[in-house]
Amino acid sequence: MLTKRIIPCLDVKDGRTVKGVRFEGLRDAGDPVALAARYAREGADELVFLDITATNQKRATLVALVRDVARELDIPFTVGGGIGTVSDVEALLMNGADKVSINSAALARPELIDELAARFGSQCIVVAADARYHDADGWQIYTRAGTHNTGRDAVQWCREAAERGAGEILLTSMSNDGTKDGFALDITGAVSRAVSVPVVASGGAGSKQDFTNVFQQAHADAGLAASIFHFGEIGIRELKEHLRQDGIAVRL
Amino acid sequence: MKIAIIDYKGGNVQSVLFALERLGVQATLTADHDVIRRADKVLFPGEGEAASAMRELRAQGLHELLPTLTQPFLGICLGMQLLGRHTQEGGGTELLGILPFDVVRFPATPEYKVPHMGWNNLQALRGPLFEGLSAEDYVYFVHSYYAPVGEYTIAEAAYPAPFSAAVQHENFYAVQFHTEKSGPVGTRILENFLKL
Repeated sequence: MLTKRIIPCLDVKDGRTVKGVRFEGLRDAGDPVALAARYAREGADELVFLDITATNQKRATLVALVRDVARELDIPFTVGGGIGTVSDVEALLMNGADKVSINSAALARPELIDELAARFGSQCIVVAADARYHDADGWQIYTRAGTHNTGRDAVQWCREAAERGAGEILLTSMSNDGTKDGFALDITGAVSRAVSVPVVASGGAGSKQDFTNVFQQAHADAGLAASIFHFGEIGIRELKEHLRQDGIAVRL
Repeated sequence: MKIAIIDYKGGNVQSVLFALERLGVQATLTADHDVIRRADKVLFPGEGEAASAMRELRAQGLHELLPTLTQPFLGICLGMQLLGRHTQEGGGTELLGILPFDVVRFPATPEYKVPHMGWNNLQALRGPLFEGLSAEDYVYFVHSYYAPVGEYTIAEAAYPAPFSAAVQHENFYAVQFHTEKSGPVGTRILENFLKL
C-alpha cells in the first residue's frame, strides 16, 4: 500500500543549513549533508532543500550541495528556491537531485512547466505554490518569497500547473506558516480534489495530530515541515507511530 | 568486477553511480558495445519519456545489442519498462521486446493520483534479488505507467490493483522502483544483484 510521506524541509544559504537547527549529538547542524543523513536514518521519506542564496555563485554552490547530498543520501530529495531556467534544472538533475521545484519562474511564464515536463518528465518537476487567504478574494497565489500577490486563485493555478505537466504540487499556506496551529485543511483539500497529481501540504504543522488531520481530512499525499523537526519538538519516528495508530499507512 | 551502466541520456544516472560507490563498487557509464558486452554486470537505469529513450537507444544501436547480452542485467524504472514489447506512452511506442509485457498508464482517480509517487511495499517476492526481504519492506516508486502482472513477475506492488514491481526473464532482471533511492532495502536489492 502506498504510504503517506513525511518530508523535513531544510533551508540552505551559501551551501549551509540556516534557521538555527538545534540537534543534540549533531556536531555541525549547519552541514546540510549531516542533517539530511540524520533525517534519513530517522525515517524521513524524502527531503526538500530550499535554497535562499542570493549571490552570483548561487548556481555553482547549489550544484555542489546537490552532489554532496546525492553522494550520501539513499532517499529522494527535491531542490527549490529561485530556479528559473531549463539549464538550471538540468544541472541539478544531472548532479543527483530527484526533483526540482519551481515557483516564481512558473508564474512569470507558465510555459516553463510544459518545457520542463517535456524535457525531463513530469515525475521530477514540482510546482511550489504559496497561497495566502484573503477574506475578500479567498486563497491567492504569492510569488517572490511571498512578497507579491499575483491575484491568481490558488486552486485554479494548481490545476493549471498540473495540466501543464507538474508531477507534484507543493502547496504552502502562508496564512498558516509559522503558526503551529495546523495545516490549512480547506485549501489543501480543495487543491487535492482539483488535481490528479500528488499534493504535499506545507505550513502550520505544530503537532502530530496536525499531520493526521491533513492526511485524513484534506487528502494530502505528503506533509512537509521544518522547525518542529529541526528543534526536535517532534521526532519523525514517533510521528509515524502516531499516524499508524490513527490508521494511516506509513513506512516504519 | 566490471560494471557497465548503459548511457543513453536516460536521465539521472548520477544517483545510481553514487549508490554503487556507497557499496564500494566502481561503474562505467558507457554506450560502447564492446565495453558493455565484456562487463560482468549491466545496469540500465532510466527516467523520463519512453519514446525519446527508444530513439536514443536506436541511434546508438543499443536496441540490437541489449537483447543479446548474457550477463546479469538490471533495468531500473524506465529501464524496466523499455524491456517490454509496447507502451502507451508517447502515443504508442515499440520497445525492446525482451520481456512479453505491454506497458499501460495508471487511470488517475481522486484517491489514486498519477504519478504513483512514494514508498510502497513489495509483495509476492520471488528469487535471489529479494533474498532477506519481506512484504514489510518498502521501496520508492515514481511512475505513471506500469507493466501488468504476468508469469515474468518476481515482485508485485498494489496501486490499487497489483502491478509488476519487478520482472525477470533469464539474465534480465528489472525493477520499477528506484533501488538507489530506497534506503537500506534498496541497497540490499542492489547487493543481491551484484552477487548474481
